Amino acid sequence: MSTLASATADAAAGAGPVAAPHRWRAALHRFVRHPAGMVGLALTTLVVVAGALAGRVTASDPFRTAGDPLLAPSRAHWMGTDNLGRDMLTSVMHGAKTSMVVVLGVTLLASVIGLAVGVVAGYRGGWVDDLLMRITELFQAVPRFFLVLLIVALFGAGLDNLIYVLAFTSWPTLARVARAEVLSVRDRDYVEAARSIGASDRRIVLRHVLPNVLPTALVVIALTGSRIILLEASLSFLGLGDPTVMSWGYLVSNAQRFLRVAWWMSVFPGLAIALAVLGINLMSDALNDVLAAYSKAPRSARWRRRRSRPASLPAQLPVR
Amino acid sequence: MNRRYLVRRLLQVLPAVASILIVTFAIVHAAPGDPVVAVAGESGNQEYYAFMRAKFGLDRPLPQQFVTYSANVLTGDLGTSFAQGERVSTLIAERVPATLLLMGSALALSTVGGIVLGALAARRPFGPFDLAVSTAALVGYALPVFWMAQLAMLTIAFRTGWFPVQGMTDARANWTGLHHLLDVGRHLALPALVLAASEVALITRMARTGILAEMDRGYVTVAQAKGLSATGALVHHALRNALLPVVTVVGTRIGFLFSGAVLVETVFGWPGLGRLVLSAAQTRDHPVLLGMVLLVAFSLVLANLVTDLIYARVDPRIRYR
Repeated sequence: MSTLASATADAAAGAGPVAAPHRWRAALHRFVRHPAGMVGLALTTLVVVAGALAGRVTASDPFRTAGDPLLAPSRAHWMGTDNLGRDMLTSVMHGAKTSMVVVLGVTLLASVIGLAVGVVAGYRGGWVDDLLMRITELFQAVPRFFLVLLIVALFGAGLDNLIYVLAFTSWPTLARVARAEVLSVRDRDYVEAARSIGASDRRIVLRHVLPNVLPTALVVIALTGSRIILLEASLSFLGLGDPTVMSWGYLVSNAQRFLRVAWWMSVFPGLAIALAVLGINLMSDALNDVLAAYSKAPRSARWRRRRSRPASLPAQLPVR
Repeated sequence: MNRRYLVRRLLQVLPAVASILIVTFAIVHAAPGDPVVAVAGESGNQEYYAFMRAKFGLDRPLPQQFVTYSANVLTGDLGTSFAQGERVSTLIAERVPATLLLMGSALALSTVGGIVLGALAARRPFGPFDLAVSTAALVGYALPVFWMAQLAMLTIAFRTGWFPVQGMTDARANWTGLHHLLDVGRHLALPALVLAASEVALITRMARTGILAEMDRGYVTVAQAKGLSATGALVHHALRNALLPVVTVVGTRIGFLFSGAVLVETVFGWPGLGRLVLSAAQTRDHPVLLGMVLLVAFSLVLANLVTDLIYARVDPRIRYR
């Protein structure tokens, strides 16, 4: 198919929402002028930089003793040392690296599964849709936190296992949202037009359906990321994280017995979790404002939506 | 509530229960190694393995195994914890009351607190108070509940010394009657507040949105035109309708409350399911963890059923087609 086909299809739909590059550039413009979004971006960048620098500017092994135990924050140890004399700053930065690896791995995997299931279900319809949605519901019937506990205990707590387990339980929301978005564009005139001039299913999905699913999907994916941070932290807090890598949840649980004597052991890793989650939530909220909300509603409705929405809150329930 | 709705809604329980059984059965069987290890743990005792194999029918074909497994689960027989040597159902049943007390208190606190905060925020949308509440909610979403518990200890319990930070009762004193209740209340206050704080943001937001939407409706305008104050119109007319969504999510919240309670209990040494889950996680005590998955999953099914039935009773518009 030539670009002529899609151009004709776009024209057939009038001002269809398929002018993708332009729309993304406009969204980017709105994003950089979104204060909450920029704060979120700054926080997330901070965490990413901290994770990337772990092992470069700090000791490469966070489990190594770096000084006397239980030293309060000082110039030598900015975040103090823990009960075994390990440098807390080193630990927290290595924890950022672990969280980053887990979040990237899980969101990538979960996005692929979720988008594939949602788009196929929505686009094909019929029994394929029924089957895929029943499977999605199967996963949603079981409480995620406890399911993950059980699976990690059964399959082992290595970092790779952790990523698979979290991805395996994280895709249903995205699949449902993607399916709903596909259903809303599947029968639009421009899709019909593309089909009538002989575009293949693959081309229709990639050129006309997916671009309309992505804005909303991105918001959901970002929210999935922040939930994954909390979930991974909860798991390692309960001792089900990978014992060979440093993680924020482990640090907070290790602080428990020393709360009365060493507040810094709890405060800094906890703060790191909070900032990382807050950063991603703010970004996903800003994405929601600049992508999802703007892409469909006409101008007047856009304002009404803005006013009835509570100021800067994640669009979905958090999972702890 | 018409009978048709009741029957339909009760029938919906079946696929949910089937889903729970299928998913847990599949996971136990997908685990690496002998499934008997997944059910009976790594005790290594061959006789016990043989017993459990026969009990769960692990030597028979899969469909038959599934039937046996389902029958065992539905009769509350979840096998024996290999770490504690006791029946899983007994272990869980012993600890449920303490956890329910914590969850119930947090549910009540967060619901009432969230509605009040939401109503106050809705008085002047985007006013200073509304923005403060929204910001606090945003931060609240980001704090892991177990860290919030430690912060509460550091900032409130240690500073003031008012609240004990471990357990459910004072081990040194053996109170009875009213004193016992006060003692438990003093121990309960902080964990319940922390758990409620982790939930209150959601309720506040729902209450605020609901109230704002409802205050725009014609019947509220009429009430105000007839001389009722805004507060009066809210309390006597709008609130009932605005809060329906808050009630319907109780079912969903039970799941959050369970996981939140487990984490908070771990920090405060509350003698509920939290400690059981913690030790089971650390010793890889699969039967106990499987029992927890089933307990929470079935609680969710039940909570959703009860909410829907109450909802249908309160709101006659709800019925199928």
